[in-house]
Amino acid sequence: MTLPSAPTTYDPALERLEIELLLEAVYRHYGFDFRGYAYASLRRRAWKRIQAERLETVSDLQAAVLHDPEVLDRLLDDLSVNVTAMFRDPNFFLAFREKVVPLLRTYPFFRIWHAGCSTGEEVYSMAILLEEEGLYDRARIYATDMNERVLRQARAGIFPLERMQEYTDNYIRAGGRRSFSEYYTAGYDGALFDPALLRNVVFAQHNLVTDRSFSEFNAILCRNVLIYFDKSLQTRVHRLFYDSLAKFGVLALGGKETLRFSAFEECFEQLAPAEKVYRKVR
Amino acid sequence: MGASWGGLHAVSTILAALPRDFDTPVAIVQHRAKESDGLLVGLLQSVTTLHVRDVEDKEPILPGHVYVAPPDYHLLVDDDHFSLSMDAAVRYSRPSIDVALASAADSGGAAAIGVLLTGANDDGARGLRHIVDKGGRAIVQDPATAEVRTMPEAGLRALDGAPRDRWSVAPLPEIAARIAALATTPDSQRARARWEAR
Repeated sequence: MTLPSAPTTYDPALERLEIELLLEAVYRHYGFDFRGYAYASLRRRAWKRIQAERLETVSDLQAAVLHDPEVLDRLLDDLSVNVTAMFRDPNFFLAFREKVVPLLRTYPFFRIWHAGCSTGEEVYSMAILLEEEGLYDRARIYATDMNERVLRQARAGIFPLERMQEYTDNYIRAGGRRSFSEYYTAGYDGALFDPALLRNVVFAQHNLVTDRSFSEFNAILCRNVLIYFDKSLQTRVHRLFYDSLAKFGVLALGGKETLRFSAFEECFEQLAPAEKVYRKVR
Repeated sequence: MGASWGGLHAVSTILAALPRDFDTPVAIVQHRAKESDGLLVGLLQSVTTLHVRDVEDKEPILPGHVYVAPPDYHLLVDDDHFSLSMDAAVRYSRPSIDVALASAADSGGAAAIGVLLTGANDDGARGLRHIVDKGGRAIVQDPATAEVRTMPEAGLRALDGAPRDRWSVAPLPEIAARIAALATTPDSQRARARWEAR
């Protein structure tokens, strides 16, 4: 947040131009494309970085980023959000267990794409859920993120010990059937999850902004990623998901994300409206 | 409009007193528990004929509507619609009043009107100052009429030194009329027309 001293000269159009030029510079010089990100949060993060670097204007940040790759790294960190948790939104995992698992049960083999999986907590959650439903050996989970660093964390499967109480509560509320501690070994460095949970998981780098589909899926999870995209980039990604889903495939979005304002609303029915679980019907 | 402790009463009082034809979109950030979805909207809808909505990502911003920030997400004004974000909590709060007010200022400029109500922390104070600095207007609930005075007092401290014609203090029963008056000044109408034309 900024507190400029010259109030009456504020020109939102000029600020937008500067931010567009910053994003264009980052894209043209480094290849990272944030041009379709939702403007209000972009602006907020850009200003956080401007203040942290003790700069004055967006244009200053543009110059700094172009001439100093370390500033770019810090800006990239600001621009990528990696908030997640095991069995995050337990009601979602409960709905998945009750509404989606019976559909998956009808397939001898199925593919799940977890797009924007971040550090992987929800991927492990899904593996645990499918294991408990006796379905995991029919599943292949493709877990992707644009950020290689978070994927390394996901592969390692070590999560902070201090979050295990919260995760245990989530697990129980999500309909968990065992003792959550069966799935991890506690150590000094954190909780190490059973590597066998990854036996049917493929982690891969994939950028929703620039990359294409790579298979056909029976379920796609992309929760609280698209909120950072603007409407036209959202439309692009909705199309990507639509094209990547098998007929009657399931799309799961974040709790406050919706297809309501999108061109694809008519192509899906709601399986669990409150949890934003949709099913492709045409 | 931001509120924390004691906010339900304050916000309901204001909504109930807004004119029936009030056509400036209203966004409410009320601190509340992560799991309290839906209830607040129902309660607020029971006091007003304006349309009260729980915001979903990319929700269009329409006249005659009252928008409530969902629990556990920041609410940002993105020109003609809202965007949500799960960025880190600001001053221990998500949704944060600072974030919502600042984005309203960034997007709306002189058309933005920030209202800071009762609460037990200092979220919202910086956002309110941000609104005033970008040419908008601020109203602070008179701390004497607030269930908890910490938040309006922090708002007043943040406004210290800001141009005196851009902000005011009002007792709770008068805030709705103050908002309605500000929203219909020629300046504010012009600013809003510019905002809507973008």
